[in-house]
Amino acid sequence: MSRLDVRKTYKLYIGGAFPRSESGRSYEVVSASGEFLANASMGSRKDVRDAVVAARSALRGWSGATAYNRGQVLYRVGEVLEGRRSQFVDEVAAAEGLSARAATAHVEAAIDRLVWYAGWTDKVAQVLGNLNPVAGPFFNVSIPEPTGVVGVLAPQGSSLLGLVSVVAPVIATGNTAVVLTSGDRPLPAVTLGEVFATSDLPGGVVNIITARTAEVAPWLASHRDVNAIDLTGAAGVDGLVWGELEAAAADNLKRVLRPAIAGNVAVEPDWSADPGLGRLRAFLETKTVWHPKGI
Amino acid sequence: MPTFEYAPAPESRAVVTIEKSYGLFIDGAFTRPKALFDTINPADERLLAQVTQAGPRDVDKAVAAARRAFDGKWGALTGAERGKYLFRIARILQERAREFAVLETLDNGKPIKETRDVDIPIAAAHFFYHAGWADKLEHAGLTPAGGPTPRPHGVVAQVIPWNFPLLMLSWKIAPALATGNTVVLKPAETTPLSALLFAQVCQQAGLPAGVVNIITGDGRTGQALVEHPDVDKIAFTGSTEVGKAIARSIAGTAKKATLELGGKAANIVFDDAPIDQAIEGIVNGIFFNQGQVCCAGSRLLVQENVHDQVVARLKRRLETLRVGDPLDKNSDLGAINSRAQLDRINRLVDAGVDEGAQRWSPECTLPATGFWFPPTLLTGVAQTHRVATEEIFGPVLSVLTFRTPAEAVAKANNTPYGLSAGVWTEKGSRILWMADHLKAGVVWANTFNRFDPTSPFGGYKESGYGREGGRHGLEAYVTTSPRSASPTTGATR
Repeated sequence: MSRLDVRKTYKLYIGGAFPRSESGRSYEVVSASGEFLANASMGSRKDVRDAVVAARSALRGWSGATAYNRGQVLYRVGEVLEGRRSQFVDEVAAAEGLSARAATAHVEAAIDRLVWYAGWTDKVAQVLGNLNPVAGPFFNVSIPEPTGVVGVLAPQGSSLLGLVSVVAPVIATGNTAVVLTSGDRPLPAVTLGEVFATSDLPGGVVNIITARTAEVAPWLASHRDVNAIDLTGAAGVDGLVWGELEAAAADNLKRVLRPAIAGNVAVEPDWSADPGLGRLRAFLETKTVWHPKGI
Repeated sequence: MPTFEYAPAPESRAVVTIEKSYGLFIDGAFTRPKALFDTINPADERLLAQVTQAGPRDVDKAVAAARRAFDGKWGALTGAERGKYLFRIARILQERAREFAVLETLDNGKPIKETRDVDIPIAAAHFFYHAGWADKLEHAGLTPAGGPTPRPHGVVAQVIPWNFPLLMLSWKIAPALATGNTVVLKPAETTPLSALLFAQVCQQAGLPAGVVNIITGDGRTGQALVEHPDVDKIAFTGSTEVGKAIARSIAGTAKKATLELGGKAANIVFDDAPIDQAIEGIVNGIFFNQGQVCCAGSRLLVQENVHDQVVARLKRRLETLRVGDPLDKNSDLGAINSRAQLDRINRLVDAGVDEGAQRWSPECTLPATGFWFPPTLLTGVAQTHRVATEEIFGPVLSVLTFRTPAEAVAKANNTPYGLSAGVWTEKGSRILWMADHLKAGVVWANTFNRFDPTSPFGGYKESGYGREGGRHGLEAYVTTSPRSASPTTGATR
């Protein structure tokens, strides 16, 4: 007699814990070929608000951690992800309808991207900051600082590589994140939450909400305690107009990273391309400090 | 304390010629004046000149001229040649500095010693600094080595406020031109004259037609300009309210924007501060330009145990400030820029007194005509008072207290704004700790209100986004993505 599977329950990841949606709702997640995979929590407006509170609480500690420490933690995330590689290959293959070989390439690229960003944490200030030679007896230095709590609409298509590519640059510089996963392909994101939970990443630094993007994204965009929003995942969502999210974000002058545009249409970026510094820059503020020189 | 009488020492008006009326500067030439409105001297309410209210068709023409210049002669220039135009402009501003200083003082109401020693020299310095960037953009760290060269956006719409008319113009136009963009700029309704004189400087420098266009008018003109479909980028300095409206209006478009908006800066004085320097810094922080400065140190946070001493010394210092004729070289404070602004200051100060603050001003005789407000201290201010939360934009200092550095940080950051902050203490490690924790784009430690073209300026939170000046300021005026290829990320605004 064959053994009965122990199935996994996919929940949200908020403040370092794995709660169900406060709404009590869940939805069926199916594979690219239409087979039932699991039930996922259907996150709500209240879940978004709870996640923002968690992200705000985590901000002081995470932004105050040394860049070296953040690099260590991000690298640790890469290590733990590597250890779970086969699980992610299965989930990505099912979610995206990829062959095992193609899914493996995506998972490996995601791990490598984490390692790449891990190395950036203690170089960003050196590359993006500088001394300014002002015309007077002053020491004057400009340094990048994290913007704060960043709402992230993760891409709808690339369930792991794309997700890692948008989350890693946000947290590498000391921001904390509230992530809305791909609506139809949320499962690798929940498993990534398990990786975060076991990688020395403090609870609340990344919060992951599985939800119908069009329903929940407007609440994230208009939330007054969110400092910036990445609209990458607005591409390809029925019933969601990214310009409306940007307009809502103007209420408290959130920094907005617009979706990639091809022609006149929001599209998902090519995640295999060199990411450059754009995503790191998007969620940084420049602070300039003056002090007189004298004896 | 002995008091000294000062004989009047007025700067001569003869150095500047003001026309009776002005048209718009479009495509290298002035249009015929029409739909005129007055610009007055706020120090005596006398008419200075009449200027043109630009309508939507004028905006169309200005944007079209800027587009032609971008697609044509200006776009074809090398960076080195562009830079040489900027160097020329910088030199002409230096040569005509006194003329600009007098004109700015007449139109704005600020003391001649500020326009002469701050506004105009720093404006010239901005052109000089950015001139040198024009042919070095690939070294600005905006793109990786071997990557695409930073490219201009195209036509930039720029709307500037009345508090530093020529200086704000230079903050806007110099980086835009250095990076290869063309410009349509609208000066503030109450201070259009130095921008119109700058248009003559562009002619004098031989700048190709359409590269810089200056259109005058009120908020309607500004709105038509920023909403014009053929504008690629917007640079705005002004109120947070209008900044939010601009952010909404460009949502979902390809337009970029940088916004430099309001502030409510805390100037934090610890008990070990160099007290004489701190008093000078506090005075400079809030009474420079009559406090009509977005980064003004309008909230004084004093450590509780030195509160009485600091307030007593401040009062003594304020009694020596000279308020009066802005053209007089001895004047420390000039006129408020407009009746509307004076009304706003009066309203907010009255509200502060209603809420329980104590109001104090030194004895000073204010001129009978013009818009005047004496330097004012409000003590006993609570965190919740309107004068502690709303931008007054006038010579009014709200005084609050704190006990610990953590409390000072909490109070300083307890505002939707985040433009600037000041810290006064002799303890180096505390300065750096405070600088780390203050959520502000500029932190002045043991100094205040310093500006330099090499030093990026701009805010956190609702003080806007983007930086102006320095290497960082170039970022807003270029695109760094490859010309075609598949997109790797979206664009920030």
